[in-house]
Amino acid sequence: MAEKKPRNRVGIEADRVTDVSSTDFPGYYPGEDHSWNLEKFQENLKIHIEYISELNAEFDLIGVDASIANAFRRIMISEIPTLAIEYVYIENNTSIIQDEVLAHRLGLIPLKANPDYLRWFKKDDPDFEPTDYDTVVLQLSAKCTANPNAPEGTTDPKLLYNNAHVYARDIVYEPQGRQSEWFPEGIAATNPDILIAKLRPGQEIDLTMHCILGIGQDHAKFSPVATASYRLLPTIDIIGEPITGELAKKFRSCFPKGVISINSKGEAVVKDARKDTVSREVLRHPEFEGRVRLGRQRDHFIYTVESTGAMTPDEIFLKSVQLLKKKCQILRKFNLAA
Amino acid sequence: MNRESFLPPSTQGSSSAAAAGRAYQPTQAITYLCANCAAPNTLTRSDPVRCRECGHRVLYKQRTRRMVQFEAR
Repeated sequence: MAEKKPRNRVGIEADRVTDVSSTDFPGYYPGEDHSWNLEKFQENLKIHIEYISELNAEFDLIGVDASIANAFRRIMISEIPTLAIEYVYIENNTSIIQDEVLAHRLGLIPLKANPDYLRWFKKDDPDFEPTDYDTVVLQLSAKCTANPNAPEGTTDPKLLYNNAHVYARDIVYEPQGRQSEWFPEGIAATNPDILIAKLRPGQEIDLTMHCILGIGQDHAKFSPVATASYRLLPTIDIIGEPITGELAKKFRSCFPKGVISINSKGEAVVKDARKDTVSREVLRHPEFEGRVRLGRQRDHFIYTVESTGAMTPDEIFLKSVQLLKKKCQILRKFNLAA
Repeated sequence: MNRESFLPPSTQGSSSAAAAGRAYQPTQAITYLCANCAAPNTLTRSDPVRCRECGHRVLYKQRTRRMVQFEAR
């Protein structure tokens, strides 16, 4: 009989997934104390950063319940305020792209601006006047003309015409009031190469944009992340007799590269279960039946956070922690015990 | 008064331009765009509808420069 499966494992079998729910709550195991204990929690909680860059991060959050991990994910996606274009005042638009569509496209452009310096624009107050505290003004004007110096016989619109393509980099930031102090580097699109519209000679775009703070819950354009997701750490346990020889090679080929290696004794050993995609390929082969146990560690969350560029991914995660804390503080103001 | 004695009012007469069905305007030039060559053409009321560059007889009125507000949603 193989050793018992650890409690914090999700079982992965050929046709089903078992033990999905956590069991570490009071009353589940008779005679065991699973009541909330801060010291125990602090001891178990671990954070490991796999990699972090300007736009992407992968890190592990170990020792929390799925509800907490999921709360962070959801907050990152939909509750962290960022700046985005909200109002578009179109002076002139003779391009083939319609005003409404153009406005929508502009709204989706991620902007590089620290939202901490801005206050909320009160949309539901009809007397609310935009100020430099809550509104950022951007301008976009482009007029396409024919290029008289275009080389003979060319069909490239970029050579034939001036301003044939309007890009996000053509958006001009106009500091209002004290904004030049708060945003010394200015405000611009994080991706300057976003194509906004294509123009032909005689066509013109001339518009002003107002950007305000918002959250992803209201509109996806306000979401600071492109993706924020987590997965559970895969586990692979070789049970009983080691897998050796040709069978070990076959075992290795059932997993992605780098997951299984073969040691000096010719035995298959798990090298890096993290790289496993949990394709369950091993479970299809009868020779490995009962010799391997696939699973996932229920309290080990591997987060992948991809920022749109307004903030670094670590900033986004820390803000999600801050926000969850704030929510808890609000909840504690109510006398829940009474 | 019999029918033969009726005289239709003449436009050159005492009646004003407004009475003749025309709003009085100082001769205002409006710029149109040629449908063929996209050249801007500034025309007054009396000018023939014809492009000065290519002679095309279809001219487009330009889009109004009046501001329109949109929500970027």
